[in-house]
Amino acid sequence: MAVWSLLAVNSLSLGGLLFLLSAGFSLIFGLMRIPNLMHGSFFMLGAYLGASLLQRGYNFWFAALAASAAMVVIGGLVERLLLRRLAGQELAQVLLTLGLSFVIADLCLMIWTGDPIQPATPAQLGGGVRTLGMFFPIYRLAIIGIAVAIALGLWVLIDWTRLGAMIRAGVDDAPMARVMGIQVSRLFTAVFCIGAALAAFAGVMGSPFLSVYPGLDADMLPLALIVVILGGAGSLLGALVGSFIIGLLYNFGQAMFPDLAYVILFLPMVLVLILRPQGLLGRVQT
Amino acid sequence: MTSNPGRTGFVLLLLAILATLPLWMTSLYYVNIASQILFWAVFALGLNVLVGYGGLVSLGHAGLFGFSGYVAALLMVNGYSHAAALPAAIIGTLLMTAVFAALALRSTGISFLMITLALGQILWGIAYRWADVTRGDNGVNVAGRPSPFGIDLTEPRAFYVAVFITFILCLLSMLALVRSPYGASLRGTRDQPRRMRALGFNVWMIRFIAFLFSGFWTAVAGILFIYYNQFISPQVMALQTSAEALLMVISGGTATLAGPVVGAAIVVIMKNVVSAYVERWNMVLGIIFVLIISFMPEGLVPGTARLWRSMMGRRRAAKMPLGLKVAGEGSR
Amino acid sequence: MTVERRTILKAGLATAASVAMPTVLRAQAAPFRIGLLTVKTGPLAQGGIQMEQGLATFLKEKNNILAGRKVEVIVADTGGNPAGARTKAQEVVERDKVNIILGPLAAFELLALTDYVRQQQIPLISLAAAEDVTQRSTNPWVIRPSATSGQCSHVMGDYAAKEMKLKRVATICEDFAFGHEQVGAFLRVFEENGGKVVKKLWPPLNAPDFTPFIAQIGNVDGVFMGFAGSNPLKFLRAYADLGLKGQIPVTGGWTALDDALLKSFGDEAVGAMSATFYTSDHNTESNKRFVAAMAKDYDVIPGAYSAGMYIAGQCVEAAIAKLDGKTDDKQALMAALKGLSLTDTPRGAFSFDQNGNVVGDVFIRRCERQGGKLVNKTIKTYEKVSQFWTYDPAEFVKQPVYSRDYPPAKNLQ
Repeated sequence: MAVWSLLAVNSLSLGGLLFLLSAGFSLIFGLMRIPNLMHGSFFMLGAYLGASLLQRGYNFWFAALAASAAMVVIGGLVERLLLRRLAGQELAQVLLTLGLSFVIADLCLMIWTGDPIQPATPAQLGGGVRTLGMFFPIYRLAIIGIAVAIALGLWVLIDWTRLGAMIRAGVDDAPMARVMGIQVSRLFTAVFCIGAALAAFAGVMGSPFLSVYPGLDADMLPLALIVVILGGAGSLLGALVGSFIIGLLYNFGQAMFPDLAYVILFLPMVLVLILRPQGLLGRVQT
Repeated sequence: MTSNPGRTGFVLLLLAILATLPLWMTSLYYVNIASQILFWAVFALGLNVLVGYGGLVSLGHAGLFGFSGYVAALLMVNGYSHAAALPAAIIGTLLMTAVFAALALRSTGISFLMITLALGQILWGIAYRWADVTRGDNGVNVAGRPSPFGIDLTEPRAFYVAVFITFILCLLSMLALVRSPYGASLRGTRDQPRRMRALGFNVWMIRFIAFLFSGFWTAVAGILFIYYNQFISPQVMALQTSAEALLMVISGGTATLAGPVVGAAIVVIMKNVVSAYVERWNMVLGIIFVLIISFMPEGLVPGTARLWRSMMGRRRAAKMPLGLKVAGEGSR
Repeated sequence: MTVERRTILKAGLATAASVAMPTVLRAQAAPFRIGLLTVKTGPLAQGGIQMEQGLATFLKEKNNILAGRKVEVIVADTGGNPAGARTKAQEVVERDKVNIILGPLAAFELLALTDYVRQQQIPLISLAAAEDVTQRSTNPWVIRPSATSGQCSHVMGDYAAKEMKLKRVATICEDFAFGHEQVGAFLRVFEENGGKVVKKLWPPLNAPDFTPFIAQIGNVDGVFMGFAGSNPLKFLRAYADLGLKGQIPVTGGWTALDDALLKSFGDEAVGAMSATFYTSDHNTESNKRFVAAMAKDYDVIPGAYSAGMYIAGQCVEAAIAKLDGKTDDKQALMAALKGLSLTDTPRGAFSFDQNGNVVGDVFIRRCERQGGKLVNKTIKTYEKVSQFWTYDPAEFVKQPVYSRDYPPAKNLQ
């Protein structure tokens, strides 16, 4: 019994982390129509930057925000200087992000070496709650809270602000948005930066228990892909639901069917792509 | 495929150099590198059928490549002969390819890429975690290479010759494909799927056959791979391998015969030879990829040919805006 | 510090100190080339980096000259996977023409390249623990001065049953050869002495999060943990996070509480027991030199990975000395290596059995906090432990090799 509730809590906290990673991915996919194959690299690079700041004794939250800020700059540069050149050629854009992910992976290996880094859990959130004969680490519970808070923040941004209205218009029908005078290209940059920053933030949040290592990008990218395909590109609620589904499948799959853990993880993605290409909560695109 | 006596001569000369390589290459190390280039080229040529001629970009071919290798390796470990294991691996991979095709061909473009990616990850996940069957991370050792017609392929030069013959067969089959009416209709489904359908072609079947053809050579390459390494482990099936194979096709030039071969040569040489002198070869590879996509999207072979022609004064007006032609949407 | 996939190690002080060299150099002899197969990427990198440091420390002490022969080292990063190990072995042999290979780190890497080593007839001094390379399919080109996977965990099984009086144990190891063999050996000795292994857990080497596995440990009075590289850090952190530290004692193999990890552990490691062939507080002259040099050059307490390569270097030196510098005859070099019996090494005295595997002491240690620092305190020494434990070698090799399912665990719940 204790096993299952522990796994359930862990599923929720992994789900929260996945939401931070894939919310931006979903918006990029929805708006620009490309799966950004360097999203895992943003996560990893953010985690490494955060780990470096933590090693220099900076506060955990400062490190998370600084890493996110750095990724805003890097994401913006990638979008402005490279992706922009290939506007309209979606496949070339996807492949470009793939090539860049090679470059970032090697860059991280060069700067941080191949030796994994595991930053300490922030002191305020150390320890655990002992209840019902179980023991839950506070930090994992905190991640769930932070993910929900950021989900609310994003919801306000998308549904209640002018920028959000433009993004929604762009996701629904980019040519129409352009006709209505929305500068879609600037939106692309904004969304790409937001996505990169969220991924980096997730990277720092995840580092105390995932640790930061070469290959973290390749581990996280497929998870983000599944979440967004399941939930539906461009849908925040979809990303949230998808994240928690994948969190559960991942944890219970590893524990109950270790042999087929990855089949359990990827099969839903294949099924959704075939049976409901717009995703569980995605809108049918015109 | 315009026939040009100068170019044909050049290609024949290159093939002659490759054919005689074991005679003049003294270092066995470089003979082995040449073998690697050729079997990766077979893999890349197989992938190119889909990516180049079919306009269907697959990011799951490493799954098929590794599947073939695993079937052959596991059968041999369990006591089956080479003669039994090889056909089984190829037939098994063709069946798996049919499953891939049946699922992935319901869509085109980015959805196709995503489905193949997910399918490739499933096969990787099975190899990685279903340790009772696949031996998981430990991988599978392949005891030896076969001795067809009494020639022991353990010797690197003999092995090279076997790979070279396979490579030539692969190249010839590609040539036949490209020149056949079927090849023309495959290119038609890439460029004008709706029109092809209106003309009464079964677009789905044309693509399905292309997928099988691609799967066949992928399976052959997978077998050459395990014979070369005498070992296979799940890393072979990872997304990275699919990406590298795609990189070979795109950097060399899609929908050409020479492109994937040049691409395979670049990647293998970077990986094995250049890595001894340049520490950051993986980064160099990534940067080359990014540059090619940004500045020479048709790939190195057609791109260089274009530059060459314009230097020779025979400038042609036709400049491709985008080398990567993708099968159109609305093809369901 | 950058990761370099391939470098020629340069002894920093070679030119300055060579003036004072007492040994007469055989000027005409070509350098003796060592290929070091190590891991610089991924969860095993922590061990791989130490391997390189251990060898560098030994060669620096010797000014890059072993028994009168100048030595060159080619370092290759296998990436910590068997396919990479196979490729890199081929590279150092065929391209760099090395005289001997040191490494690799992991058992599954050694298993992937043992056939190749046999084919090429290239001497190899292994750190990797794969049992069969010195057992059922003994490779005549391999010696192993470190330990087989089971060599230390046999001992842990004995100690856990007899002295710690554990009854019900869960095992958790990476799902690869080293983990399988460690658990098999532990299980065999532990259950023969009255204990029960009630759960076997196999997370993959690259598991991002061990929580789903730790959650299943269940109702036991002890855990055997065989993680390698930096995974013990991750495991013990998650173990403490889930409130199990102090509730259920942890025992481990030679990589699980390696001394080099002590600087990175926090209180989560206190109380953990381990069985190892090298402990940094060992009282031999060469170990004192080694520990001091590692502290000076790298600011670390050395562990078994670096000590293993230091010892491998000592083996090379002793063999070259035995052959009077003439190392071209590979058969003779191999025979010289196998016949070695060293007394002053960081792990103490040892010799090799007929299969080329070490017979030496194994130490049981408890991790404690002493004056603010974590130390592994030696509690008991098992002397002259063989890879066959107390079993008859001929009977031993008739059993299948330790694996995921052998010996069968009859008490799983």
